[in-house]
Amino acid sequence: MNPETKTTGGFEPKIVAFVCNWCTYLGADLAGTNRLEYPANVRIIRLPCTGRVDFNLIVKAFEVGADAILVSGCHPGDCHYAAGNFHARRRWGLFRELLDTIGVDSRRVHFSWISAAEGAKFQKLVTEIVEKTRELGPYEDYKAIVAEK
Amino acid sequence: MAKIGVFTCWCGENIARHVDCDAVSNAVAKLPGVHCSLNYKYMCSEPGQNMIAEKIKELGLTGVVVASCSPHMHLKTFRKTAENAGLNPYLVEMANIREHCSWVHTDREIATAKAIELIGMAVEKVRRNHALEPIKVPVTKRALVIGAGVAGIQAALDVAAGGVEVVVVEKEPSVGGKMAGLSETFPTLDCSQCILTPRMVEVGQHPNIKLMTYCEVEKVDGYVGNFKVTIRKKARYVDITKCTGCGACWNACPMKGKIDNAFDFNLGFGHDKKLGKRSAIYVPFPQAVPARPTVDAENCLRLKSMKNGKELCGICQKQCAANAINFHDQDELIEIEVGAIVVATGYQLYSIGKEQENPNIQGYAEYGYGKYKDVVDSLQFERIISASGPTGGEPLRPSDGRVPEKIVFIQCVGSRDNAKGITYCSKICCMYTAKHTMLYKHKVHDGEAHVFYMDIRSGGKKYDEFVRRAIEQDGAIYHRGRVSKIEEQMVDGVKKLMVYGADTLSGKPVVVEADMVVLACAMTPTTGAPQLAQKLSVGYDEYGFLSESHPKLRPVETNAAGVFVCGACQGPKDIPETVAQASAAAGKVLIMLSQPNLTREPEIASVDERLCASCGACVKACPFQAITKEEIRDRNGNLVKTTSRVNPGLCMGCGTCVAVCPSKSVDLIGFTDDQIYAQVESLAD
Repeated sequence: MNPETKTTGGFEPKIVAFVCNWCTYLGADLAGTNRLEYPANVRIIRLPCTGRVDFNLIVKAFEVGADAILVSGCHPGDCHYAAGNFHARRRWGLFRELLDTIGVDSRRVHFSWISAAEGAKFQKLVTEIVEKTRELGPYEDYKAIVAEK
Repeated sequence: MAKIGVFTCWCGENIARHVDCDAVSNAVAKLPGVHCSLNYKYMCSEPGQNMIAEKIKELGLTGVVVASCSPHMHLKTFRKTAENAGLNPYLVEMANIREHCSWVHTDREIATAKAIELIGMAVEKVRRNHALEPIKVPVTKRALVIGAGVAGIQAALDVAAGGVEVVVVEKEPSVGGKMAGLSETFPTLDCSQCILTPRMVEVGQHPNIKLMTYCEVEKVDGYVGNFKVTIRKKARYVDITKCTGCGACWNACPMKGKIDNAFDFNLGFGHDKKLGKRSAIYVPFPQAVPARPTVDAENCLRLKSMKNGKELCGICQKQCAANAINFHDQDELIEIEVGAIVVATGYQLYSIGKEQENPNIQGYAEYGYGKYKDVVDSLQFERIISASGPTGGEPLRPSDGRVPEKIVFIQCVGSRDNAKGITYCSKICCMYTAKHTMLYKHKVHDGEAHVFYMDIRSGGKKYDEFVRRAIEQDGAIYHRGRVSKIEEQMVDGVKKLMVYGADTLSGKPVVVEADMVVLACAMTPTTGAPQLAQKLSVGYDEYGFLSESHPKLRPVETNAAGVFVCGACQGPKDIPETVAQASAAAGKVLIMLSQPNLTREPEIASVDERLCASCGACVKACPFQAITKEEIRDRNGNLVKTTSRVNPGLCMGCGTCVAVCPSKSVDLIGFTDDQIYAQVESLAD
């Protein structure tokens, strides 16, 4: 089945991806070079490193209507900056708990390692996230959380 | 008022097939700040670039977005175009509508809509870009080479030949590394020392090279072009400037012939206990450079007695006519300034015994290494068959000094063995094992050389021919299979090693009654390589091999600017490859040091010192030690405040500090909060 089946009038989730310049961005480039199709719902924001991802950015993305978020960088040990992705991972561990506490649905926040050689993994991951988010439906609850606070 | 030009590329049909470029141009023309929006068949072609340049000049654009391929492909191209047209290159951004859009989405309507959004994000970013100037860093025209095996020697000689001063640091008392101890080299059977020693001498005498043997790198400060390296000069107890290398001392030493020699990999022989042993004041091998002795403090009777307040022995000092021996010598710390560093720390063999440094790796207790004297590793065997080795090249087995009638060579001991923890191929073992069988057969014509192998990997010029020669001309017997166990047994009063293996080609078990076993062990990085890598902020893998910047296109650079790698410290490799890589690293050093200033990308972190509360979170997070706490004082010297400050020479621009700063006083130029939040906001419904 073509993963990009056109849905008419159906829910099309908005996915914002914060990716590092050296691994996942190039992985997404490779998916392109190999013409690996995936749903068009993802918008990639290129950062030097996942270490740069301030988790307020994730909150911001939800604020502008994202239905799911992806943060993806180099595999542990492969970071272009030696340790940026470890910082991201450690921060991520804390942030996930925080999100839970304030009631953000952690099923909508994804974290992964995708190397420059893993075009197929990028395709698979994005396809899965889109499918999963379709099942979850539009993130209307976020607005409710914000209103509540 | 922003005047942004958006240039959408068709990339022939690559983009235009799935993205309606006219519709895109029309839609983005309406975005705030967009002053002109054009599309063209090939933006990267000369007419395409001219179109951008003309519009920059004609309309006085303040920012440019090129919507085409990946920025990894052409960002540099378009930044150059802008620069030539008089626009600061950092005011150019790209929207990737090929790899991330037209190539992965086939629905024209959906792809077009996505392309418009991607361009919208880039427009919002470029509106907030600032004109930046590349950072200029002054350069110290001196290089440091760490390690003086064949890699370090080659790198040092090449850099020195380029007219740049080189400091070579070697932890052993002599240069030469592993290659100095090898017998003959494949595939030509050149004597290893014959080809290496002239180079060793050259390193010792070159006017541009300062050789520091028996020294280690203690600390590395500074940054590309301006490293400050502290070197520990270990106490040698011999003043090598006074010493003449006459040999009176080591011949008089009462410990002569009693101490294991690390250069001979601690070989010892049952029939002649002195064979392969050295004295406490020693030169590791006759061709050593510098040919000056070192006192081994652990075994020297005088130095040991001094710990107890006595002054025993001291015979060598009495023998020394040059008065070069000083028992009160101490370690010295020497600071040097260099502009570039080449790491060439080489390899060692994976220790086969049970005890392992790396908890993820297991030994091969079943092969009896360390338990049976006649089970040796490949480097020990090199010394046994080397003309300059302890036996003078006589192939004698260690236990009783008999000439072995049958030798079993086992390949892939450690390498390619998931169960033992090393998954990689050590690359050179197939070749040197073939060489070992040949050298043995050339010396013992009626001897039998059995090889157990998994696969023969002999890629390289004249390499496969060499292995065929070992099998076809010299009659080495190859069994495709593994050895499960080795046991020592007495057969007719002679010690034999029963080697239990299998031949998977015939599907039968094979038992060889051998006199000696040689294990071709995996190559691993030298002990201490990860610690050195940490001092240099260079990445390394789970085994401790240093990471290059890019496996194909940047094979000798590392992610720490100004630090280069060559030889086996980066991964298993043979001598020709090591030499080629060393010359490549030297070339990179010379390129770097050929300019008075280094130019670095200005997209780095910067601290707003007015806001910084000096909590130090960024200092701790920085992977490059690029941020330090600084004190700001008034003209009377009173402390006003402390603040974090980024060293632009060290910062690599990862932005980890930005994410950890609680007061938001650090920002990453080129990827500022302002820019990224604007990109996210452009996606609002």
